[in-house]
Amino acid sequence: MLDYAFMRDAFLAATVVAVVAGATGFFLVLRGQTFAGHALAHVGFTGATGAVLVGVAPLWGLVAVTVGAGLGMGLLGERWTQRDVAIGMVLAMALGLGMLFLHFYTSFASEATSLLFGNVLAVSAGTVWVLAALGAAALAALAVISRPLLFASLQPELAEARGVSTRLYASLFLVVVAVAAAATAQIVGVLLVFALMVGPAATAQRLTRRIGAGVLLSVALAVIESWAGITLAYYTDWPTSFGIVAASGMVFLATVLPSTNHRHGRAPRERTS
Amino acid sequence: MSALTFEGVSLELGGRAVLSDIDLEVRQGEFVGVLGANGAGKTTLMRAVLGLVPPARGKVSVLGRPAMRGNPDVGYLPQAHGLGHAVRLRASDVVAAAMNGHRPGLPILNRAARREVDRAFELVGAERLAGRCFHELSGGERQRVLLAQAVLGSPRLLLLDEPLISLDPHHQSEVVHLVKNLQRELGIAVLFSAHELNPLLAVLDRVLYLGGGHAALGSVAEVVTPAVLSRLYGSPIDVVRVGRHIFVMAGSSDIERDAHRHRGETQAHAGAADGAAVGA
Repeated sequence: MLDYAFMRDAFLAATVVAVVAGATGFFLVLRGQTFAGHALAHVGFTGATGAVLVGVAPLWGLVAVTVGAGLGMGLLGERWTQRDVAIGMVLAMALGLGMLFLHFYTSFASEATSLLFGNVLAVSAGTVWVLAALGAAALAALAVISRPLLFASLQPELAEARGVSTRLYASLFLVVVAVAAAATAQIVGVLLVFALMVGPAATAQRLTRRIGAGVLLSVALAVIESWAGITLAYYTDWPTSFGIVAASGMVFLATVLPSTNHRHGRAPRERTS
Repeated sequence: MSALTFEGVSLELGGRAVLSDIDLEVRQGEFVGVLGANGAGKTTLMRAVLGLVPPARGKVSVLGRPAMRGNPDVGYLPQAHGLGHAVRLRASDVVAAAMNGHRPGLPILNRAARREVDRAFELVGAERLAGRCFHELSGGERQRVLLAQAVLGSPRLLLLDEPLISLDPHHQSEVVHLVKNLQRELGIAVLFSAHELNPLLAVLDRVLYLGGGHAALGSVAEVVTPAVLSRLYGSPIDVVRVGRHIFVMAGSSDIERDAHRHRGETQAHAGAADGAAVGA
């Protein structure tokens, strides 16, 4: 399987992206902002198709628009981003506008499919380097903001009192999420970023109560699930994105089902203690 | 030097006057109960002490220095936290998030920081809760853990915003006595806001009543009188003493109990799934 250069590039690209998506996703789930990651990727579709139209690589259009949207969401504050209707309308418009841009572009169908659902087997060696650079920048930024971000997420009022600007860190974090979502969209497409950004993180938070272990587990799960998806695609000729989404979904379900029973048995006793 | 002074302080929220021309002084090591109806300004007053609401007029001083954000001498237990959506973290990680939380970097504790977190858990008698998942704790256990967070870094003034909300009487008295022990052992001043006076009667040194934009600070005998409270509330108030309890009545209803019950109900609705509210 690894004899083919395109397979090696696919594994490399998926690994790089999974590390970033797993780490960023942990904080996204912790903050209850999973929908923001989903929304940013959708908005990125407009950027990607717009870039194609003007002859720029879609990745750059994707990054530019998601980062801009992330910054905007952060600065507008949480009251706006929690309005379902507003977000839903913006998402619909973003996808619609993206379709319009594609309409003006000739090789419409294949481009649309790979943007929407990803095609990691088509990632070039050059793109792997670009993804590595984007991923390194996102991880470095996340490392710098992680302590105040955690404080602001868990105890916003206390954090404000201690001099932490919750809005500043919310905005910086959404920029990191935007970069991570743009990179993730290269692997699984804008519609399926949930599979790598949210699935592994949510699974990790069900399996451990420790923050450090949770981040590492989230990263490990994202990497393993993306490898599983690519391997499945190699032997079956099914789309890689299907394999990744299936692995992510099944692992999450496997942790949810037993723990619901477990909680029913345990919760009452813990409360009375 | 006093723990806290307000000199001619007026506080406004969005252009609306909340408190006007307040003068008060809290001594070091003093336990002050902060009372008043919803919207009387209890939270706003605490936020002014934290430097989050700059006074429209006057001066707020904490331990001899102007109130400012990030003052390590002030510990704070806010009424609301960001842990509503089933955060699955151990209690010790939740508390540790406040340790050096304002500094950029990875949230990894060095040995001294870890010792400080352990010390805070010991102070509030919550060692056995440290490894438990925060969202599985009962309401009383959560307040105990969040108190540990509030006393991190040895503050000399502790602000507790409604820590008794949605607790049953038994857990209320547990939290009240825990805070009293902390205040006595550490020799720190405490501002403890509540809807009802009675749970605090046994432990407080003085009481601060807020109402109608004004404040009255003094002993229970000085402040909790029909004359003082009628002036604050702007309507005739009766004070009825039954045994060791005091009831503050407007007309025929007990205004503190009603306010508390109303608040308790909304809380129970919001937190029904966590089982925080145990039947009263």
